[in-house]
Amino acid sequence: MTSKNLEISVGAFVLVGVLALVVLALNVSGLSYRTNDQSYFLFARFENLAGLSERAKVSLSGVTIGRVVEIKLDTEDYVAVVKMAIDKSVPLTTDTSASILTAGLLGEKYIGLSVGADDELLINADEIDDTQSSIVLEELIGQFLFSRSE
Amino acid sequence: MMVKALMNRIGYLGLWFLNICAAVGRAAWFFTQILSWGAGFKAPFKRLLIQIYQLGVLSLPIILVAGLFVGMVLALQGYHILVSYGSQEAVGQMVALSLLREFSPVMTALLFAGRAGSALTAEIGLMKTTEQLSAMEIMGVDPFKRVMAPRLWGGIITLPLLTLMFSVLGIYGGAFVAVEMLGIYDGSYWGNMQNSVEFYEDIVKGVVKSVVFAVTVSWIAIFHGWNAIPTSQGISRATTATVVQASLAILALDFVLTAVMLGGF
Repeated sequence: MTSKNLEISVGAFVLVGVLALVVLALNVSGLSYRTNDQSYFLFARFENLAGLSERAKVSLSGVTIGRVVEIKLDTEDYVAVVKMAIDKSVPLTTDTSASILTAGLLGEKYIGLSVGADDELLINADEIDDTQSSIVLEELIGQFLFSRSE
Repeated sequence: MMVKALMNRIGYLGLWFLNICAAVGRAAWFFTQILSWGAGFKAPFKRLLIQIYQLGVLSLPIILVAGLFVGMVLALQGYHILVSYGSQEAVGQMVALSLLREFSPVMTALLFAGRAGSALTAEIGLMKTTEQLSAMEIMGVDPFKRVMAPRLWGGIITLPLLTLMFSVLGIYGGAFVAVEMLGIYDGSYWGNMQNSVEFYEDIVKGVVKSVVFAVTVSWIAIFHGWNAIPTSQGISRATTATVVQASLAILALDFVLTAVMLGGF
C-alpha cells in the first residue's frame, strides 16, 4: 500500500464518518425537511391542534394524499393556521371539510379530509373553510362533569 | 493430610487473586505509558494513518452490512409489536432511538473488538514473541510510543466514526423495510423520527458512549498483546482473552453509562 493510497482511503473514511454525523443531524434529528414538487398548497384554520405536528399526514378516505408543511398562529383571531401540501393528482372541491383525527387509540394526529358535492375545485393557496378541531380528552371530561352537576 | 490439601486450595485462591491485582495494576501502568501522542518520532501522523486504515477502513464491510441488517430487523420487529397498538407509524422513531442510543455504540464496539481488537492483540503478541519489541528497546526506540500509542489513538478516532456510519445505514435499512416493504407512509417514518430525536440527547450521547468503548477495547487489546506469554499458545490465549474481556467490559460499561446518562440513579 503506497503512501498516497493510504492517505486517500483514510481521508475518505474520515469524510464518510463526518458525513454520517451531518446526515444524522439534518435528516434524523430534524433540522430540515423536503417537499415534493408534485403538490399544491392549501390552508386551514383550527381552534385547537392538540398535538398535530409538522410533517403529519393528510388523508382522504384513509389514503394519504399529502402532509402538513407549516403550522403558524394567527395573532389576530388566535387560531392555528395549517399549511398542507396536497398531491397534484388529487383534486378537492371547495366544500371539502378538514378535521384533526387520531390514528388508533394512542397513535399520531393527522388531518382527515372529506370531499363535498360542489363542482368548483380548490386551487393552490386556497383555504378550507369547514374545519373541525381535535377532540381534547380533558375538555370532553370537563363537559361531561359539568353536564352531570346540573 | 486433609488440612494441608485445604490450605493449598486457599493458597491458590489467594495467588489467583494476587495475580488478578497484579494484572490490573500492570494494565493501568501500561495505559499511562501509551497515552502519549507518539511524540519524538519523525512520522507519528503517518503511523496513525496506517492504524486508522487497519482498524477503520478494513472494518467497514462488516460494520456497514451489520448496520443495514440490524436496522432492517429492528423495523420488522418494531412494526409487529407496534401494529397491535395501532401505532405502527412510530416505527421510525423506535428504530432511530434504539439505534442511536444503544445498538450502534454497543454492536459496533462488539464487532470492533472481534474484528480489530483480536488483530491488534495477535499483531503485538507476535511482535513480542519474535522479540521485535525487545529489539526496539535495545535500539533506544520506545515501543510504547512507536507501536502502542498510534494503535490506541487509531482506535479512539475510528470507533466513533464507525458508530455513526452504523447508525445511518441502520436507519436507512429500517426505512427500506418500513416504507417499501411494510407500507408505512414515509412522512410518518421520518417525521416521527425527526420530532423525537434530539441532536444532543441522542446523537451526541451515543458518540460519547462509543468513545468510552473505543478506549476500553483498544486498551484491553493492546495490553493483552503486550502481556501475552511469548509462545503460539500464549498468543491464542491472549487473543481469546481480548475478545471475551472487551465484550464483557463493553456490555457492563454500557449499563453504567446508560444509567448515568438517563439519570436513573
